[in-house]
Amino acid sequence: MNRATRVLAAVMKAPKEYICVMKLHGEVSADDLKSVVSEFIGPIYQRPPLRSAVKRVIRVRRIYSIEILEVKMPYVLLKISCEAGTYIRKLVHDIGVVLGCGAHMQELRRIRAGPFSEDENLVTLHDVKDAYDEWRETGDPRLLKKVILPVEKAVEHLPHIVIRDSAVDAICHGAQLAAPGILRVETGIKVGTLVAIFTQKGELVAIGKALMRSEEMASSRKGIAVKPTCVVMKPGTYPPMWKSKAGKY
Amino acid sequence: MTFIREREVLIRDEEETDPRYGKPPSERSVEELLELGVINLDKPRGPSSHEVTAWIKKILNIPKAGHAGTLEPP
Repeated sequence: MNRATRVLAAVMKAPKEYICVMKLHGEVSADDLKSVVSEFIGPIYQRPPLRSAVKRVIRVRRIYSIEILEVKMPYVLLKISCEAGTYIRKLVHDIGVVLGCGAHMQELRRIRAGPFSEDENLVTLHDVKDAYDEWRETGDPRLLKKVILPVEKAVEHLPHIVIRDSAVDAICHGAQLAAPGILRVETGIKVGTLVAIFTQKGELVAIGKALMRSEEMASSRKGIAVKPTCVVMKPGTYPPMWKSKAGKY
Repeated sequence: MTFIREREVLIRDEEETDPRYGKPPSERSVEELLELGVINLDKPRGPSSHEVTAWIKKILNIPKAGHAGTLEPP
């Protein structure tokens, strides 16, 4: 919503989890099904379907797991967890090809996208409407606060970096994050990793690409640590404390 | 799994935060929440993500709303 829409790209690039119904076009044994399905775990090649929004070149997508939840011939219920940008309909079709009988996807439901899962804080359109109306009519924000989550939730899956108060407003004005502005940094960050920059109060300032590894961020005396790709916090939330050069600003 | 990660943190420095500026996300007013909020919405089958996003804008009376991807991109 509003400024929070800026972090959507981070959720789009996050791993996904699906439940899907595969309909087989012929008979296969339970053993064959099991072994063929397991072949699709790991990196797979996919060419985007004819009707798609992206360039149709073969690309690699990683399948983290496929679980056979239930079999009721000719239907197979699958739980698939995979990298962003995996075409599930295509995956199911390809499983059918390897099985030799063919198959198609009958139904699909996404049960997780990065930090958002079906088991937590899932709300319906009706819940949203009820909560908003209650707040408008009675002024009680409790229900609405359960329905609308803080934008910070959307970047929960990214490595976090906590910065000094004095570095916050510069980032809000488009500056890059220099290593000395950092207070704490999660391990595992490499050059190019998408990271989330936070204040000490737990507010999201921006997300961006790391230009250093975690260890360097924690020790370098100078240098740019993160190049923000989108700023979420409004400028002026924290006071401007960066050094201004004569004639500039 | 890829969804749950152990978090290990390196501490570079420690410092107090000035209570006069900013606030923890849990203390945001409804107006601030509408500006910096996300909804984990159970989209009904049938209407497109695009349509549902438009409804959300209407229900909450906000100018901007987006969604993080459709199941089968157009």
